[in-house]
Amino acid sequence: MERILFGDNQFFAVSHISDEKSRAQSIKFKDDQSIIRTLDYAREEGVNTFMCTTHERIANICDIIRSDPRKYKDFKIYPCMPYAHKYANAVTELGYVGTLKQYVPGNFFGSLFKGGVAFISKDFISIMELLIDSEMKMFKGINTPVIFLQNVITDLLLGLGMKDILKGFHDHVKKKYNAEPGYITMNMPKLLDLLEEVGISNPIICASINKAGFRMSGGKELYEKTLSTRQFRPIAMQVLGGGAISPGEALEYVCSFPKIESILFGASSKGNIEDTVSKIRLFDEENRVGEKLTA
Amino acid sequence: MIKVALIGAGKMGISHLAILGAHPEVSIVGVCDTSKMVTDVLTKYSGYNCFSDYLAMVDKVKPDAVFIAVPTKVHARFIKDMLERGIHVFSEKPFCLTPEEGESLVKLAKEKNLINQVGYHNKFIGTFNEVKKLLDEGAIGEIHHFVAESYGPVVIRKKQDTWRADPAEGGGCLMDYASHVVDLLNYLLSPVEEVFASKLQPIFSSMVEDAVYAMLKLKNGVNGILSVNWSDETHRKMTTSVTFFGTKGKIISDANELKVYFNNDTCPAGYSKGWTVKYVTDLTEEVDFYLRGEEYSAQIDYFINAVKGKVKNDINTFESAWITDKSLNLIRQKAS
Repeated sequence: MERILFGDNQFFAVSHISDEKSRAQSIKFKDDQSIIRTLDYAREEGVNTFMCTTHERIANICDIIRSDPRKYKDFKIYPCMPYAHKYANAVTELGYVGTLKQYVPGNFFGSLFKGGVAFISKDFISIMELLIDSEMKMFKGINTPVIFLQNVITDLLLGLGMKDILKGFHDHVKKKYNAEPGYITMNMPKLLDLLEEVGISNPIICASINKAGFRMSGGKELYEKTLSTRQFRPIAMQVLGGGAISPGEALEYVCSFPKIESILFGASSKGNIEDTVSKIRLFDEENRVGEKLTA
Repeated sequence: MIKVALIGAGKMGISHLAILGAHPEVSIVGVCDTSKMVTDVLTKYSGYNCFSDYLAMVDKVKPDAVFIAVPTKVHARFIKDMLERGIHVFSEKPFCLTPEEGESLVKLAKEKNLINQVGYHNKFIGTFNEVKKLLDEGAIGEIHHFVAESYGPVVIRKKQDTWRADPAEGGGCLMDYASHVVDLLNYLLSPVEEVFASKLQPIFSSMVEDAVYAMLKLKNGVNGILSVNWSDETHRKMTTSVTFFGTKGKIISDANELKVYFNNDTCPAGYSKGWTVKYVTDLTEEVDFYLRGEEYSAQIDYFINAVKGKVKNDINTFESAWITDKSLNLIRQKAS
């Protein structure tokens, strides 16, 4: 994985601190071209990985990327699925069975229904695989070396103790897409325990890691201990702690953990992208020099 | 360990179940749902003891507490059955279809000395609690007006009807959506006492309202405006906000951001003349397990602690939710 990953919250009006900011972003990124332009700013800074939800608008972005293979030769997307609001709204409207009918592709579900709903539980993992395939359709022909399960689903499965389904995601992503499975979570230490229990070693886990202790469930201390003693491949997200800390201080903190493989961030403006990237590179360089000196 | 059972594994029920499943002091002894698909999946992948009949479940597994997340229409009956068996109850909001239904349950829970809580989760959000603190201190002087709003994308086109589209089952924007902000108003300032005018407005739905607009008077005499619309797709998810106008300043708050204006220097510590902005990230305590928002875990922690006798059972009690039911009823009556 690259050191710096570019996120997509800003494109879809996701702000953890301000509804006004959300609306401003939603206005700014109304057109797909404005998203592409911002991705270009990130690419100019050497950030070639876009980590994004399987939001319907991403399908358009994928079309643009596919249409210019030269420009996007080194470009990678890390899909994060599912776009949970889509399914949550469908469940409210259609119920569980109706939602599955709507989103599980092909005739598989029709034939399943002939046998009665009891079959669903027996073949729940096959249904999940079909849902993954349907979410992955939009990325056809694009390099997607890591595929993530979104935090709402990861943490729901974690709370429900559905470890076989977490394992099912892992197995399908490896087998069908020849990609690395990743998990986004707000409960990093607990998730790592459960993944190890089902034999997933050294998993990619993207979690909120920040100096403010924001959304680090179980506590900052436990996170720091996990980062220094356990075997896994962490990606730090929400590094600004929802805006509670200054960017410099925030990035210095995450860069101080050698274990953290990648840092995920999102920004709307060219200036903020340049600033964040240069700060991460600077702290990384300082830490390398520091290591050499102590060696 | 507190033995907990869940009745109703729909969207809210499943969310509660996951939080309870991760709770170190809770053991889940049973889950009840009428959908065989749901109980099959929960049996197979979570190993829960699942039932299709809630009375059969509680009589067999004998929980200390239950979480009830079923359509509002049956809240009253299910809650009564639990209280009569001496079981502590956490119920989803709104409390009951009518104030009459709720009144006897408030009494029964008190008589039986059972912990009772309703899922109005806004009261566990840091920004709103800071608003409460400021209002209780009288920080912005005498309040002369408020605006309470809630918007979100629940019904954004004509669509298939579920129980949420049936007024007889507790569907509609008033009960399902406006209840949150009305309850918040009751909590932050004072209960709604009089409704000067109200309009229940269908937009896409045929049988229920998709928006609620009302002019209200609270018990403490303050007048204000309620504007709630669940057919507003400009919001990615439900957004609730309150604005209070006082003689010394103004408070604007939603679940993420608190903005306070003071017109002079005599303001509480942490604030100054002019605008002060605070974020939920600075005002929220971390939880042990996070799913969808700290408030969902915090309200469950609070309930479990109340069952254990560690906290007083005085946030979101049946009584406070019943007062909200009465306010909703006033709004409905005025509109008809």
